[in-house]
Amino acid sequence: MESIRSLLEAKAELTHGSNSTRAIVLSTRVRLARNLAQYPFPEWAKESQRREILASCLEAVKALPQMNEGNEFLVENLSDLEKQILMERHLISREMMQSKKSAGVVISGDQSCAIMLNEEDHLRIQIVRSGYKLKEIWKSINAIDNAIEATIDYAFVPELGYLTACPTNVGTGMRASAMLHLPGLVLANQMEKVVRAVNKLGIAVRGLFGEGSDASGSIFQISNQQTLGESEEEILKRLISVLDSIIEQEENARQKILETDPTKFFDKIGRAYGILSHGHLLSSAEVMNLLSLMRLAVDLSLLPEENRKLIDRALIESQPGHVQFAAHEKIDPAKRDKFRARYLREHFAGLPALNFEDLMN
Amino acid sequence: MLKGKMGKSLKCEVCHEAATVHLTQIIDNHIQKVDLCEKCAKEKGVTDPSGFSLADLLAKPHIFTEASHQKLVCDRCGFSPSDFKRLGHLGCPDCYGNFREIIDPILSNMHMGTEHRGKVPSRAIQQVSLRERMDGMKQNLEQAIEAERYEDAARYRDEIKQLGEDTKTKSDN
Repeated sequence: MESIRSLLEAKAELTHGSNSTRAIVLSTRVRLARNLAQYPFPEWAKESQRREILASCLEAVKALPQMNEGNEFLVENLSDLEKQILMERHLISREMMQSKKSAGVVISGDQSCAIMLNEEDHLRIQIVRSGYKLKEIWKSINAIDNAIEATIDYAFVPELGYLTACPTNVGTGMRASAMLHLPGLVLANQMEKVVRAVNKLGIAVRGLFGEGSDASGSIFQISNQQTLGESEEEILKRLISVLDSIIEQEENARQKILETDPTKFFDKIGRAYGILSHGHLLSSAEVMNLLSLMRLAVDLSLLPEENRKLIDRALIESQPGHVQFAAHEKIDPAKRDKFRARYLREHFAGLPALNFEDLMN
Repeated sequence: MLKGKMGKSLKCEVCHEAATVHLTQIIDNHIQKVDLCEKCAKEKGVTDPSGFSLADLLAKPHIFTEASHQKLVCDRCGFSPSDFKRLGHLGCPDCYGNFREIIDPILSNMHMGTEHRGKVPSRAIQQVSLRERMDGMKQNLEQAIEAERYEDAARYRDEIKQLGEDTKTKSDN
């Protein structure tokens, strides 16, 4: 457990990096799928080959300047709880939690870069930043990819690009995504319409934890579906234009609710504030929805901007794995709800009262 | 890898309109290609605009007719089309070349195009151009031998040897 503790206590991009510019975008991420030319893909490789793959990837990844202060974790050395915490922090995938031996992850000191080894592909390079920074991320991840490529012979053919275990990733091997907070569109019952329109443009909408997860807290992951037939820049351009249009629609939806039925809005936010600062039993799903409304309160200037960080951090630290870790023991869900409520009461007790005055006049 | 498809436009086998959907079936160990226009493909139920996932594609039995009974395997890793159907992904990088008859139609249904237009690793550019040069020289050598131009053949042979050594020192460095 000691290994992961330092990671939880450090200032991380997702728990401490929040900023107000375009607050609808919680975070953005780019990941690249890469494979070594001379080995079978991880799932089909023999255990001895998986060990060799892991060793050569680890060597290349640990040599990166970005990983100077990094941590490496092998799946076989992690407890279930530790795996869950890494997953809740978006540093490993759900698939990796069930991985066979000889798989692992190297995480940079600020936790913005995580490179998974022997997941579905030999290398899954990921950079996450809080806020809307797709182009900057692409620049950084491209540099990391170049540095790894200098020592590793990637599986690549000119016609099909980077070869990946699953044909859905072949070509650029790039999945770019943004985590969007869309309470306005959810309250206005417009999300279904948005999802349908966006899917037609080759863009996928998923819940907070990717494939198959629900969109609790009105948080959605929006990403490109296709990886072949377009350059990385073209994919990003297409994704950004869709994101910009969703952001605009969210802003319009919020504006419309404020004009037509502000009391409904204010009532929800006020109740969320009351429950978070005075509740005694809170499930993680309920907390997600309440924190989502508190984030909206900051967007609407009902709470000072400086409180956004606390809310974004609570979104991660209220997850089941994080609560158990903070409680120093494996506790059952009922006890977890009590523990979680206490954590939130402590953190929300110091918040200023909601300032409805400006919006009600 | 995908050449041939780009060249002449194929006609739908049902209505003879321009075909945009290209399917490959394996029946009795023979690879059979079917070209359809979008309308006929829809009528035959081979495209599903709402379902985009590979799982949906793989679930359609006619794409993989008798796949589990035929002998096609990847000569490098032993992976077979029935493994692909079961696991949803491939065995090794060579599977793309070895199963292209099966994978190409899947890719064209799944992606914005069928050819890579993105980043090319600088190492790969070097290797590909070296490989192309080597292939070209080997072809010259064969032609020279066939035409009994033995002086030329000897020169090509020396050049090939030299290029091989250059490549080796480069990769050793």
